[in-house]
Amino acid sequence: MTATPAARPRPPAVGYWIGFTVVVALLIVAPLVLPPFWQRFATEILIWGLLAMSSDILIGYTGMVSFGHSAFFGLGMYGAAAALLTVKPPSLWLGLLYGLVTAGGAAVFVAYFATRLRDIYFAISTLVFSQIFYVIIFTWTEVTGGENGLTFSQPRLTIPGLWSDRFTPVTFHWFVLAVVLLSYLLVRRITQSPFGMVLQSIRENEPRTRAIGYHVERYKIVAVMLSGLFAGLSGVLYALQNKFAAPDFVFFVVSGEVVIFNVMGGMGTLVGPFAGAAFFLLLREGLSRFLTEYYLIPLGVIFIIMIIFLPQGLLGFLRRRLNA
Amino acid sequence: MLVLENVDALYGKSHVLHGVSIEVRAGEVVGLLGRNGVGKTTTLKAIMGMVRRTSGRITFDGRDLAGVPPHGLAGLGIAWVPEERRIFRLLTVLENLRTGLDRPGIAPERREQLLEKVYSYFPILRERRSQAGGTLSGGEQQMLAIARAMMLEPKIILLDEPTEGLMPRMVAQIQEIVHALHRDGVAILLVEQNVPLTLDAAGRVYIMEKGAVRHHASAAELRADQRVIHEYLGV
Amino acid sequence: MDQIIIQTLHGLVNGMVLAMVASGLTLIFGIMDIVNFAHGDLLMLGAFVGASVVGVTGNYWLALVVAAIVIAMLGALLQITTLRPLIGRDPLTTILATFGVSLVIQKYALWQWGPSVRRIGEPVPGEFTLFHLQYPWYRVATAVLAGLIIGGLWLFLKYGKYGIWIRATTQDRVMAQAMGIPVPLVYTAVFAIGSAMAAASGVLFGPFAGVTQTMGFDFTLRAFIVVVVGGMGNLGGSILASIFVSLLESYASIVVSPAQAVIVSFVVLVMTMLFRPTGLFVPTPK
Repeated sequence: MTATPAARPRPPAVGYWIGFTVVVALLIVAPLVLPPFWQRFATEILIWGLLAMSSDILIGYTGMVSFGHSAFFGLGMYGAAAALLTVKPPSLWLGLLYGLVTAGGAAVFVAYFATRLRDIYFAISTLVFSQIFYVIIFTWTEVTGGENGLTFSQPRLTIPGLWSDRFTPVTFHWFVLAVVLLSYLLVRRITQSPFGMVLQSIRENEPRTRAIGYHVERYKIVAVMLSGLFAGLSGVLYALQNKFAAPDFVFFVVSGEVVIFNVMGGMGTLVGPFAGAAFFLLLREGLSRFLTEYYLIPLGVIFIIMIIFLPQGLLGFLRRRLNA
Repeated sequence: MLVLENVDALYGKSHVLHGVSIEVRAGEVVGLLGRNGVGKTTTLKAIMGMVRRTSGRITFDGRDLAGVPPHGLAGLGIAWVPEERRIFRLLTVLENLRTGLDRPGIAPERREQLLEKVYSYFPILRERRSQAGGTLSGGEQQMLAIARAMMLEPKIILLDEPTEGLMPRMVAQIQEIVHALHRDGVAILLVEQNVPLTLDAAGRVYIMEKGAVRHHASAAELRADQRVIHEYLGV
Repeated sequence: MDQIIIQTLHGLVNGMVLAMVASGLTLIFGIMDIVNFAHGDLLMLGAFVGASVVGVTGNYWLALVVAAIVIAMLGALLQITTLRPLIGRDPLTTILATFGVSLVIQKYALWQWGPSVRRIGEPVPGEFTLFHLQYPWYRVATAVLAGLIIGGLWLFLKYGKYGIWIRATTQDRVMAQAMGIPVPLVYTAVFAIGSAMAAASGVLFGPFAGVTQTMGFDFTLRAFIVVVVGGMGNLGGSILASIFVSLLESYASIVVSPAQAVIVSFVVLVMTMLFRPTGLFVPTPK
């Protein structure tokens, strides 16, 4: 590890921007040419990809594996639900705000406790925390609807003074795409900044980073909060798309899937998670046609094989290029 | 019996051994001298398969050690007494010995014989046999480490700085043991910084510097002409 | 008052079963540095295998033995195929790999046995009377059996040639290899033993609540908690912690619903990690 926190990385190559533009163009066009089922599918890939990207901040850049991202995701959902159910008329921006605040609040809580612990203890405690949230949500039926969750209607896209209209699947897709793009660019900026360099230094060699004088816990706390915020954002988007919030999404399985997206797609790349999500979801779609709910058996085996033989993930080979 | 031919080795990224060639014949005591950090311990580790060899061969009784898994060396007759001794601290003295004693195909009477022999060489171990290894003194641990190696009934013992940090009385005891092992026909590759002891115990001596073998002579020659020793070890 | 006595018994019995699960987990972690995410699922598979054997032969004890042996073999197979290639890599990869295994096992169980709950009949019928309360004998038998098995494990580790091999490998893998101890085999054997204990726990727990595909996760979670609270790699500690946590949970379920009582163990974990990270029952942090 030779990059010191003060070193400024070179701006990314032309190749990167070309690739970027191509992918974005494809994503913009996608909902116009795909049949309805695949339209939704594409939007969902973006949402899950965003969730996995938030996890990549921790796994790929800070070297902390979180098994609790379902909590932030779920709380984002419920936060948005709270706004959309309590404030009339339902406001999109309020939903976003509530969702982010809820998820962010949980992130602060988890961060405070969990970042003092290293590696495996951190992973276990994130798992435990997300289960705590799950149990609370599942049993606090009066507020959260318990097992059945909450349903609400999709708010309109309102830009005060300019625009107010219902979403169509196509415009919603573009909205999600815009949010995801902004998030990606923002997170990318952060990971390439001096702050991001410190995070990577923590991942490479925590004791040394501490010895140099960095207050590692503080950096970790901020990393967890950022991660939680973007995870919550993806939860809000999911709630907006599907118009419900359910405890299933806070359950560990979602956290597990997120980790799978990270590993399959490539950790430390920020775009890898999207590829991982797409890969997993497409495989799931395809396999479940033949195997119904048993798709997880071959999928699980593929996952294990990838860990052993392709630990850098699908896009891992691009990691250097993507991090300039 | 043990032959290192032109061995180059890497430890992490640094190139630590350069073309090391050493031979130990059956029953011989061979010394390996040199200052701190010249690669003596690394040479032993190369034999034990713990450092990555990038070229050269290591053979034992004609058999290339490259294909042998780390736990197969003891079965071939190679025993290792590392510099840090590496006693199993939480196991008792007897249990430490048993890690070498509990081998497939060894008859119960033979086990008893071996144990008795080792207790006769090191009476203090018999006394302390139910004590945890970590409670022994430095010298006692060294004896346990050697005794443990003897349990394997090895053809060769790789003995790494056995007298380091020991009081003179203990050093003399180690010297005794080396002689006794030699009489028993066990070959020894003795890495040491203690020159007089090495020259007394060994038949031939290699001298290393900066990861390579620089000089090779019989102990008698080196005793007679101390200049070479002065040159490489500054003593 | 009645509730307290019943819950104390529940806590002790559940604690012993959990202790058995945790022993297997802590053995695997202590010796191989592997966090076995699939541990609870091995328990679940053991329970299903046991249920099938009981279904065919009606013999609980046979089921216990068969389940342990079958899952031990499966565990060995798993270790050789998915964990051996990962030796020397970042320990987080083994968590991920065992997580993958957990997913596959769960779905396989669903495929093999279907979604309905299987039953394992009580091995020892009847109830005994404590004061004026009735408590089933089989639960007590389970606790005793768990204790015996754990005791057997302890004896095996302390005496016996293989126990020495295992302990030596734990303390200094490299030196153990130098002494001729076949460490890869030791690892496989330890994983097999841990798996067998999980499977046996599954059969023991079967009569309590029925056998379902999802019973594993709960145990994995609780076993993790207990292993951390008891001190990673500390057998005695994880046993004490199991009983401690189970008792607390049982008492808590007097006041809140069982689903919520589980938070108690979470809180204990968090407290431990904050204030006594080496383990609640470890004498002095080294």
